[in-house]
Amino acid sequence: MSAKLVLSGVRKRFGDNEVCKGIDLAVQEGQMVCLIGASGSGKSTLLRCINLLEPVDDGTILLDGRDIAEPGLDPQPVRARIGMVFQSYNLFPHMTAAENVMLAPRRVHGRSRSDLQAPVTALFERFNLGDRMGHYPDQLSGGQQQRVAIIRALAMQPEIMLFDEITSALDPELVGEVLDVLRSLRAEGMTMILATHEMAFAQEVADKVCFLDKGRILEEGPPETIFGAPREARTAAFLSRVL
Amino acid sequence: MSGSETTAGGLSRRAAYEARQRKRAMRVAAGSTAAVVLALVLLVPLAPGWEKVQRSFFNREVFAKTFPGLLEAFLTNIYIFAWCAPLIAVLGLVIALCRDVRAPALYPLRLFGAIYTDVFRGLPVILVIYLVGFGIPGLGLPRPWNSPYIWGSLALILVYAAYVAEIIRSGIDSIHSSQRAAAASLGLNEKDAMRFVVLPQAIRNVAPANMNMFIALQKDVALLSFIGPVEIFRQAGVYKSLMANFTPYVGAALIFLAVTIPATRYADYLMQKQRRART
Amino acid sequence: MKIAVTSALVATMMASTAMAGGHAGCADGKTLEEGVLTIATGNPAYYPWVLDDAPENGEGFEAAVAYAVAAEMGFEADAVKWVRTSFDEAIQPGAKDFDFNMQQYSITPEREMMIDFSEPYYSSAMAVLTTGAVVDGGAEATIASLKGLKWGAVATTTAVPMIAGLIAPDSDPLLYGDNTDVTAALQAGQIDAALFDLPTALYLSAVVVENGAILGQFPADRSEAPDQFGLLMEDGNALKECVDGALAALKDSGALAELEAQWLQQATGVPVIE
Repeated sequence: MSAKLVLSGVRKRFGDNEVCKGIDLAVQEGQMVCLIGASGSGKSTLLRCINLLEPVDDGTILLDGRDIAEPGLDPQPVRARIGMVFQSYNLFPHMTAAENVMLAPRRVHGRSRSDLQAPVTALFERFNLGDRMGHYPDQLSGGQQQRVAIIRALAMQPEIMLFDEITSALDPELVGEVLDVLRSLRAEGMTMILATHEMAFAQEVADKVCFLDKGRILEEGPPETIFGAPREARTAAFLSRVL
Repeated sequence: MSGSETTAGGLSRRAAYEARQRKRAMRVAAGSTAAVVLALVLLVPLAPGWEKVQRSFFNREVFAKTFPGLLEAFLTNIYIFAWCAPLIAVLGLVIALCRDVRAPALYPLRLFGAIYTDVFRGLPVILVIYLVGFGIPGLGLPRPWNSPYIWGSLALILVYAAYVAEIIRSGIDSIHSSQRAAAASLGLNEKDAMRFVVLPQAIRNVAPANMNMFIALQKDVALLSFIGPVEIFRQAGVYKSLMANFTPYVGAALIFLAVTIPATRYADYLMQKQRRART
Repeated sequence: MKIAVTSALVATMMASTAMAGGHAGCADGKTLEEGVLTIATGNPAYYPWVLDDAPENGEGFEAAVAYAVAAEMGFEADAVKWVRTSFDEAIQPGAKDFDFNMQQYSITPEREMMIDFSEPYYSSAMAVLTTGAVVDGGAEATIASLKGLKWGAVATTTAVPMIAGLIAPDSDPLLYGDNTDVTAALQAGQIDAALFDLPTALYLSAVVVENGAILGQFPADRSEAPDQFGLLMEDGNALKECVDGALAALKDSGALAELEAQWLQQATGVPVIE
């Protein structure tokens, strides 16, 4: 079975600073891959390269076998197939939660509000936010906002979901409700790539963990290996600092 | 410790103290205001030239005679404002968007926007009114296309659109790039991202600055009088000249304020309401 | 040449004043500055009322009349001081910085309530200034034809009520700040015609407006809305008596009419509006 997403030699620089120094990564359909590493190691940038928010300088990204990193390719249709959730939620403050969620399906997929009413309500209720559909983001807690952000990405029915440290900005007691959402998605078989600091969570649900160090994947493997018996000294050093 | 005692009326110690301070401040303010007003009312008429000033500026007879004509002239101000304001908003938005295009192929648009705002923010309005109001019709346009109403209004629109464009542009810039990133990551194209995500927020953010612009526009409408149209301040000038008296200007100012003050208060109220509704 | 004539007239008048024991000395104690007559005029002062915007040369109808009146009151040419004022400064309450103001001010009853005018020194015909193009388009020197034209005027002049009263045009006139703007609008075709006093109209038509033309005039001796210029003074100015006396003397001796003939072109051949 060929992989859903294959990165080969992906490089990205900002000015003089090369943040991704040749990344190779394969993600199977339905897999959950966790990216761990210190800040500045390139986790965020890598995710933003995958959904083409940042244009890649070198290397290829094969989605279902087609190279989406080709220069000059229109990124918009690709982005509609890959969902992303951000550390600071980035909800649209001038719209209600429901409007936030319905905007992209209406504009990109051409669906009407009446069409979307039922599936969107179902999503909100599935994640215990049924009574918050008409609220504005500044009326919601951090955890609620992040869950709405996840629903917003899901409404586009993406094939892959990217999560960029989505619990780092949350109060500890709100982290749990967001992780529950991730568990639920995992159970459904969504292909997910997470950059995260939640080591216990990664250990529990990840299929593959990649340790990024200074723009390269230094080590990758199943969680038991990475957390239990890391090969590289720097991996062990990092883990000893955060665990 | 008696720090958290309440008084007999149920107020905390601090609240009672602050209430006393407020009452005292009110009394001082009322007293001093009354004293100043009394001084003005009693002392100003004692000035030697007061009678002449009153006859020249606050003349009841002249006021009564000129008020109806001034009201009629004010309609001209209202019309001009009514057709300029929406066009300024539209052109300002277009120029702001021109300045914001990112595609390299559209660079000329960006350049055009920058030159436009530099030029029209730099020129005095009255100069543009003369150049456009007399100059363009002077090239040989037939009537009614050479009307000063058309070209004078166009001059106002060109100048004010430059200011509004800059205000909107700063509003757009003030929207954090993470909003655009979120919109892009959902698959929205640039046009939809601008239209549904960035612009609504940007325009709401700069609404107070824009409202100040439109208040200034209300006053600058009077500049069209230089190229012919008889608006309220020109009409006041005609009366002043015919009667050798300045009271018509006082009348014109009163009419003007009667409209602009409620307008600005209402605009403030709308802003407050919008802010309150979202908390 | 003109200076010579004016000076000759002034000298004659001074001589005649001295002989008649005239109004010299009347103005003692009534002027701003003892022994000096301060006269105000516009900024700029227009032809043919003042030549070259230099009233101190005594050239131009109003400049010449000013020196003549001064001489009648006993002020020699070097005792006359000129200042420039706007109309607003002339009518504002409070101390003035002139003894009298002279810039084609029309005498009207409304104005007389706030300021004082001397006796008239000139009766003005009002002329219709237009362009050749408008004349070619069929405009005629009749009220009926004038009604259909688009009118313009200087906002602060009595031309405004005159247009409303004598012509009552079909569409509202456009008003401007000064002569220059009116002529600019005429050139741009935004107005068809403008109303000025005849001397000004002749000057503008010949010199300023390209392809300018005078369509007709409302003669100086018309009964409806006559236009007479007076010297403007502060309300209750004691000098008025002396000024009126001086003007009367100039009229009686024929000097005023001579100055008019000298400085203001005779309006021959300008048709009267019917």
